[in-house]
This record gives sequence, structure tokens and C-alpha cells, in this order.
Amino acid sequence: MEFFERFAIPHPSPAIYASMVAIGLTVIAIIAGLTYFKKWGYLWREWLTTVDHKRIGIMYLISALLMLFRGGADAIMMRAQLSMPENKLLDAQHYNEIFTTHGVVMIMFMAMPFIMALMNFVVPLQIGARDVAFPRLNALSFWLFFMGAMLFNISFVIGGSPDAGWTSYFPLAGTEFSESVGTNYYMIALQIAGIGTLATGINFMTTILKMRAPGMTLMKMPMFTWSAFITNIIIVFAFPVLTVALAMGTLDRLFASNFFTTNNGGMDMLWANLFWVWGHPEVYILVLPAFGIYSEIISTFARRNLYGYKSMVASMVIISLLSFLVWVHHFFTMGQGAFVNSIFSITTMAIAVPTGVKIFNWLFTLWKGKIVITTPMLYSLLFIPLFTIGGVTGVMLGMSAADYQYHNTMFLVAHFHLVIIPGVVFAMLAGLTYYWPKMFGFMLNERLGKLSAWIISISTLVAFIPMFFSGLDGQARRMYTYSEQAGFTMWNMISFVGAAGLAIGFALIVYNIYYSIRYAPRDIGSDPWDARSLEWATHSPVPEYNFAIVPNVDSTEAFWDAKKKGHKLFKGELEKIHMPNNSPIPFIMSSIFFVWGFSFVFAMWIPLIIATIGIFGCMAYQSFEKDHGRYISVEEIKETEEKLGGPTV
Amino acid sequence: MKLKSAILFLVITIATVLTGCEQLIVLDPKGPQAETQANDIIISASIMLFIVLAVFGILAYMLIKYRASKQKEDYEPPHIEGSILVESICVGIPVLIVAVLSFMSVQSNYKVEATPAGYEDKEPLVVYASSSAWKWHFSYPEEGIETVNYLYIPTDRALEFKLYSFGTISSFWIPQLGGQKYAMSDMVNTLHLAADVPGEYMGRNANFNGKGFAENTFNVTAMPQNEFDDWVEEVKDTASPITEEKFDELLEPGHLGQLTFTGTHLDFRPAPEGEHGGHNHGSSSNEDDSDEENHEVHDHEDHDHEESEHHH
Amino acid sequence: MKIDHSLPLEYSTQENQMKILGFWIFLGAEIMLFATLFASYFVLAPRTGSGPAGSSIFELTPVLAETILLLTSSFTIGLAIHAMRLGRTKPMLVFFGITLILGLAFLGVEIYEFNHYIHVGAALQTSAFTSILLTTLGTHGAHVTFGLVWGLFIMIQIKKNGLTPQTANKSFIFSLYWHFLDVVWIFIFSFIYLKGMM
Repeated sequence: MEFFERFAIPHPSPAIYASMVAIGLTVIAIIAGLTYFKKWGYLWREWLTTVDHKRIGIMYLISALLMLFRGGADAIMMRAQLSMPENKLLDAQHYNEIFTTHGVVMIMFMAMPFIMALMNFVVPLQIGARDVAFPRLNALSFWLFFMGAMLFNISFVIGGSPDAGWTSYFPLAGTEFSESVGTNYYMIALQIAGIGTLATGINFMTTILKMRAPGMTLMKMPMFTWSAFITNIIIVFAFPVLTVALAMGTLDRLFASNFFTTNNGGMDMLWANLFWVWGHPEVYILVLPAFGIYSEIISTFARRNLYGYKSMVASMVIISLLSFLVWVHHFFTMGQGAFVNSIFSITTMAIAVPTGVKIFNWLFTLWKGKIVITTPMLYSLLFIPLFTIGGVTGVMLGMSAADYQYHNTMFLVAHFHLVIIPGVVFAMLAGLTYYWPKMFGFMLNERLGKLSAWIISISTLVAFIPMFFSGLDGQARRMYTYSEQAGFTMWNMISFVGAAGLAIGFALIVYNIYYSIRYAPRDIGSDPWDARSLEWATHSPVPEYNFAIVPNVDSTEAFWDAKKKGHKLFKGELEKIHMPNNSPIPFIMSSIFFVWGFSFVFAMWIPLIIATIGIFGCMAYQSFEKDHGRYISVEEIKETEEKLGGPTV
Repeated sequence: MKLKSAILFLVITIATVLTGCEQLIVLDPKGPQAETQANDIIISASIMLFIVLAVFGILAYMLIKYRASKQKEDYEPPHIEGSILVESICVGIPVLIVAVLSFMSVQSNYKVEATPAGYEDKEPLVVYASSSAWKWHFSYPEEGIETVNYLYIPTDRALEFKLYSFGTISSFWIPQLGGQKYAMSDMVNTLHLAADVPGEYMGRNANFNGKGFAENTFNVTAMPQNEFDDWVEEVKDTASPITEEKFDELLEPGHLGQLTFTGTHLDFRPAPEGEHGGHNHGSSSNEDDSDEENHEVHDHEDHDHEESEHHH
Repeated sequence: MKIDHSLPLEYSTQENQMKILGFWIFLGAEIMLFATLFASYFVLAPRTGSGPAGSSIFELTPVLAETILLLTSSFTIGLAIHAMRLGRTKPMLVFFGITLILGLAFLGVEIYEFNHYIHVGAALQTSAFTSILLTTLGTHGAHVTFGLVWGLFIMIQIKKNGLTPQTANKSFIFSLYWHFLDVVWIFIFSFIYLKGMM
């Protein structure tokens, strides 16, 4: 009996039981649906075993949207709990779990897959490649991320969610103060997803370095590809630090080692340092691809080339270097003294310079343009003022002496939400709308799209601006309740209204997707936005080989040149195309990783060993498998091209 | 129009930051350190407001002037590579602003990390503030008394808080007297504060430390030195002594009201500083050996201990 | 698949070139991994708690043996790749085999060493120092173990298929991995053992 007690929720509540039932019913409904419509084979052949970067991108996208709603539900509950003083909606433990999972889900399982979705879908198309460098590894990356996310998400129905904050500071996260398995989930789910992310980093660096279309030198790459390249360099150098930190945390929790404990020499500050050595670059891993998306969109809808291409690239390189040199600003208050704080204060504020350059370059891209306000452009234009507010408050936080007052307060919470929501979420929504026709062959409704952009922007301000004030009035973050005398009531009530507005905005996006699937016209051609880079030079939806003939490039805007200056994009004759085969290994191996992770969380050593053997078995199988891919014949290509409506340029 | 009204809304909101600040406790300082910080906040916020307005202005100009609906049908935007002059200005101005802020920041860093200016002549009051799940213990070693969850301090005298924790990382914060600093289990941090005005102030743990975090607060009462001395005398006459047994009981997770004792727990449970610090607790015989290695550690990357090292 | 015969076999296809580049990038990530472990080691090394310090548990003999075994194996894998470049399968397999045997011997000594540490009261749980010591050594040891199995698979494939662009590519990448482990060991030897014994 004791064995089974571990799986129980430490503090059950009706909401959790309701979600258990809901999850169970959903799973049954999905299985029944797939069986009834005889879709198992389709699912297996076309999605679970696919190595196609476009499909993997779409799967990332779906996962990101699902996780957005999971994290969003957490957010609404938090804001509802705090909307009134001494509210009894959630108890302290429940609230702690919710803000922890909100942070982890939004950063690791929503924002990360969202940028992965766009990188996967767009980068190979933008550089004129047929796939990424290692298509199977790419599938493995996705499935590892997916299984990591699933493992993390089942925590709240089996064993209890982590409750030590998304930063999971030790010793609070150690077994001494967090007895439930929650933090085990944190350590292991992030580890699994992190391995996948690292593999993506290696994959995309190689892809961008080795697979660019003829003529596309590094300085002729579209800006999004540049941002993806730099992002992946940061991933490769930052994620191993997280790997080590999580491994140490796991050893501390499950094998009683003494890295971060309070006795036998353990050092709690080491975790904070390692976490943020990864954590700060992670912020730029999220925001740089977003900057890339904005660059593409603003240039497209200003009908002009991007202003200051070289300084855009240079600023990203500088940001990526600085991102590794600022981590101490997450704990100016740890007592490292005035000298160390001064250095990190200066490096932190210095990041404002390259970021400012980017903002000005976007503004100057509008100059002498012919601005068309579409939904993606609207998000990008709203991003600039909102992100500026978030950004300048970041400079304020960088003043280390003043940070003693901002640290751990709602001021900080307001700052990073006003950076991440306009910086990352808006970019993803803009990118989603912008690339939707390329993915699915029809457009999302513009009226609904613009409406949701306005609702989301205004709600973001309403939700987060009040937090600057409540922070300066002494409201610490992560407090599950406060007294009426504290004087935070009004600010938190306004925030709650904003949060509700955000919920409406996101619901409207879902409705827009539903509406557009049903009613949007399908005959939109391959270039509905009158865009400038290579991804628009092929059909919508994109055939599996991307380009029938590999394009050739001699400027940053090859497709624009082809449309306006008569540049010949596709030279030469059709040839048979070599493509990789589908493989079940990534999916199977990641599923075993799920079992491995689950066994690890509950310290069930025998299943863990079996799963470990299974993982290595998959690797061995992969090593011995002879798979040289397959060829698509010229006839087949001609047929497909004909069906998609002939040449695009 | 929508955009304009949104911008207007923004400007108004930000303007309220500056006008409505008197009510916000961080911007209502009652001591020199909090005043330094409040000044930094106001000055940097004003400079930032200027930047925000500049960006909004340029954006509005571009949008009004270069909308497609304002242009001729056949207008083709030119190809513009960028200009060294314009881009240098875009780098130069932010560099200047960051330089000014850096200068301010460094200056303030040394201010808040030292005895407040003008208070150097009097001996500072040293208070050991230690946290346990979810309480604060205040030991006054010179006075030989200890309180739980409330703090009496004299005005017009420098205060030196020695911060550490019996477990999780906590953060000692009295917003109106100055910013926070961490209390951790294997080192002692020093926070320099002072109170100018008698009164009651809110103090709390600002760093999340589990279930009881929201209620992890304490009251601070600042009073003139003579009243403080009277209070110390009164405590010595009326309170019961703190014993190791009693103290262990207090450390149990939970919430306690305000308690008062004579004596301090430092006698039987010394703070993790000096020979009791994180490097050495329970250390083996090779004292010299490990000292030598400490220097190596500092040379590399670990600055976390400088504070505690300097206070031997 | 186009094979470019002007290049060495392991670089002869685009796929091979990408794999080698990808592996170099992976080694970049591995450098970060070990750098993080070393940094943590330097921070935690003096924090011995109630356990022993490095100077009282390190033994020179097994460490020297490990160093010699691993350095030699790095040399023999180099010889194997040289033989591969000359297209001589048999000597290549012999040197490859010697490399793996040396690696196995290294692992044997390391297991003895771990046994010794636990015996003298320096287990994973003893102190922050022993935790980071055993984790750093263990991470390296796990890499060696993985390499042994991986190398064995490659040998079997060369035996079965001969030297093809694929097997040559795998062997070359394996040699990079093995040299890398050797470099990491030199750091472990200098900064953990020698510094600890001084």
C-alpha cells in the first residue's frame, strides 16, 4: 500500500479531481475517435514517424498552443486568487504549485516549442534547403521535448506538481523542504526536454552552415535565419549548464548527495548561479528568433528592405555574447558586494544598446515605406511600444542598488511579462498568422486577427502595468494572499481584469482558427502577403521536397528580386530528389524516455534499468540500420508541381 | 485612432508613476539608504520615460506619414541599406544614457553597501536577523536580548543587520528603510540601514520559501535612542531567557506571534560566519590546505563569499 | 548520394561532412558540460564538511595508470584513423581493438578507484566535495563506457561492410570523441588530482 501512496496527490482538491476526469475522458475520446475514423495508420505514417521539418514544425506548433492554454489556465487562477484580499479560492500549497508550473510551462513548454515550430518550418525554406541536416535527430528532438512536456504535465494528477518556483532554488527545492515528488518531475522532465533542445541547436547550426542555397553567403541570409543561427549557438553553449545543474539537483534529491544542501559543505548559491548562467541566455534564446520574425514582417509590410542589415546582425552577435555575462543581475541581493554588483550592473544595462539599435532599425525600416497594416504587422507595431516599456524597466532593474527594492517584487514580474509577452508571444502570434497560409494553404481571418491583437495588447497593459505600482508598494511576488490593510487590492483587481481580457483575446484566436478552417478561401496562391524571401517562392502548402529545383540567390531578398528585377531564381532542369525515409525510432525512443523519466521520478529502479536498456537498444538499432533514404523521380515531381499549379515565379 | 488612444493611455499610465509615487512605500523613504534607492528609481524612471516617449513619437510619425493609404498607388519604396551616421547616433545616444546610469549605479552601490553617510560617528547597532520557516529571529548581541517577528530600532543611528538563515534562502526587506538582501544558511550577509524618522514600518521576507511565505512578515518600530534603551531595560527585567531547547522548538516550521527573550541564540548556535562559515562547517583537519584553496576559488569565479570573508 | 573521391573517405559525401561538423558542435556543448563541472568542482572542492579532503584520499598509482592507459589509447585511435586513410582495414581494426581494450582497462582501474573512495568514507553522500568529485569523474567514466560500446558497434560494422563512406565517417567521429575524452582527462588529472595532492 505504501508503494501506491507515492502516486497520490499530496493535497487533493475538487479542481484537481475534475481535471483528472477531464484528462481521462479526453484520452478516451481521442483513442475512440482515431479508431472510429480509422486514422491510426494515417497518424503513424504521416505524423508520428515523420522526419519532415515542416510537419515537425506543425507538431511543435500544436504542442505550443496546447501548453499556452495549460499555462494560461494557471495564470488565470493566480490572478483570480489575488484579485481580492484574503481570497480562499486556492490554498498556499496549491498556489505555489500553480505559479511554479505556470513559469515552467510557459518558458519551457510553450515559448520554446513555439520558436522551435517557426524555426523548423521556416529556416530550411528560407535557405532553400530540402530539410534540416539531420532529419531523424530533428524528429527525436521534437519527441523528447513532447515527452518531457507530457511527463511534466502529468505531475499534477500523479504525485503532485513541483512547488518551489520555476527557478527551483535550493535548499527549498531539496528533499529537506520539498518532500513530494514534484521537484523530481521538474528535474527530470526538463532534463529530457533539454536534451532535445540541445540536439536542435546542433542540428540547426549545421543546417544553416552547410545547407544554404547556392549564392547565399552568410551576409545574404534572411534576418530570421540569422536570428535562428545565433539562437542555436546560444542553445549549444547554454543548455549543457542546465544539464549539469539538473543532474546535480537530481542527485541531491534522489541519491542524497550534497551539492546544494544546508550541511556537509553543500552550497545553495551554486544552484542559483548555474541556473541563471543558463537562464539568462535562455531569455535571449526566446527573444532573438522573435526579433527575427519581426524583422521579416516589418520589412514585408513596409514594402521595403530591412534597414541596417549589418547592424542588425552585429547587435545580435553582441547580445548573444553579453547574455552570458549578466547572470548575477538575477541576484544582486545575494551579498557579493558593491564591486561585483557594479560590473554586472554595467553589463546588464549595456544590453540595452544593441537592443535599442534593433528598435531603431525597425522604426527606420518604416521610413519611406508603404505601410500596410495586416494582422502580423499590427502585432509587430504594437510590439514596439509595449516592448520598449518592458525593456526600459529592465534597464531600471539593472541599477543594482535600486534593484534591492525591485527584487522579488511584482515590479520584476511586470517587467519580465512586458518583455516576454510583446517580445515573444506577440512574435509567435504574428509568425503564426504570417506563416499560416504557407503551412496550410489558407489565411486566417484578418478582422478577427486584428481584433484579437488589439484585445491582447490592451489587456497586457491592463494586466501588468498595475504590478509596477503594487511592487513599489511592497507586494512581493509569489505571495498567495495579502491582507486588506496592505493596500494592494486595487492593483490586483485591475490585473485580474487584464488577465481575463488576455483569456478572451486568446479564445478569439482559437475561434479565428476554427472560423478560418471552415470559411476561408483556399485559392490564395503561394505569396499572399507579397513577401520578399525564399519561403514564399514555393507552393502553399509546401511540397515535401520544398523546392523542385534548388533556388539560386544573390541578395538578401532573392524572391523580391525575382519578382521585381527579373532575377532568375530557378535555373537548370528537374532532377530526381533524394529524401530521408520516415523512422519510428525517434518516437519509440522518446516514449521509452517517458517511461524512464516516470520511473526516475518515483525512484522505481527496475523499470528505470529496463527503460535505460531500451533507450540504448534503440540507439544500437539505429547504428546498425542501413537507410540511405529514397529518391523522388522526375515524373513524380512534375506531377506534384502540376497539381500545385505550376511554377511560382 | 485606436493607436493614438492606446499611446495616450500609455503616457497617462506612466505619468501616474511619477505623480502618484508619494503613496507607494518604496518611494516614501524613511532612511538614507531607501532615499538613495528612491532617488535612483525616480531619476532612472524619468530618463526612461523620455526614451519611451521618443520611441512612441518616432513610431507615430512613421505610421502617420508612411501609411499605404497616404501614398500614391504606384509609389515604390526605395532600397535603403542603412547609414553609418544614423546608426552611430542610434548607438551613441543609448551609450551615453547607459554611461550616465552606470555612473549613478556604481555610486549608489558603494553607498548602500556601506554605513550610511552622516552616521559614521556613532557606533552602529548590530542586529543578527536570522530566518527559519516562516519566522524572523532578531538577536541583539550587545544588549543581550532576542525577539521573534518584531524589531525595535533606534533612530539616527546606523544599523548593521547580519543576515543568515536556518534553511531556505530568505530575503530581509524593510522597504521604507532600504532594499533587501538574502539570508542564507552558510554565510552571513551584512545589510546597512538607518532610520531617520520614528514610526512603524513593514518588514518581510521577500524571497519565496514555501507554504508560509505570504505571512512571513515582521513589524519594525523605530524610536529615539532613549526610548530604545528603556525598552531594552524593560525586556531584560521581564522576559524569560532563551534556551537551546526553547530555540529548537521555535525553529519548527510554522508561524509564531511576537516573542521576546533575554540572551541570544548566538551563544549556543553561532551564526555561519568566520570559523562557522560554509567553507568550514564540520571541516576536517587540513585547515591550511583548504584556506589555500579558498584563494583559488576567489580567483576563479566564486564571489559569493567575499562579504563574509571581509568581516572576520 | 554523390561521393567526392578527391576527399578522404570520411568527408566524401555531403552527409558525412555535415555529420563531422555537427559532431564538432556537439563537442562544443560537451566542453560547456565539463567546464560547468570543473567550475562547480573548484567552488565545492574546499567544502569537505565532515568528510575527507582530496589530499587524504587521492592515490597516485591508479591515477597514473589511468592516465597512461587513456593517453596510449588516444594514440592508438590516431593510428587506427591513419590506417583507415591508407585504406588498410586490418591494421585499422587491430588499432581500434587495442584502443577499446585500453579503454576497458582504464575503466577497470577507475572502478577500483571508486571502490577505494567508498571504502575510505568518501561516498557520493559524504560532502559537497565528494559529491562533485565523484560526479565529475563519473561523468567522464560514463562517457568512456558509452564510447566502448559505440566503438565495438563500429568495429562490427567495419568487419561486416568494409570501409565505406559511412563506416569511415563513424570511425573518424569516434576518434574525435575519444581524443576529446583524453583532453578532458588531462584536465581532470591536472586540476583535480595533481592540485588535490599538492
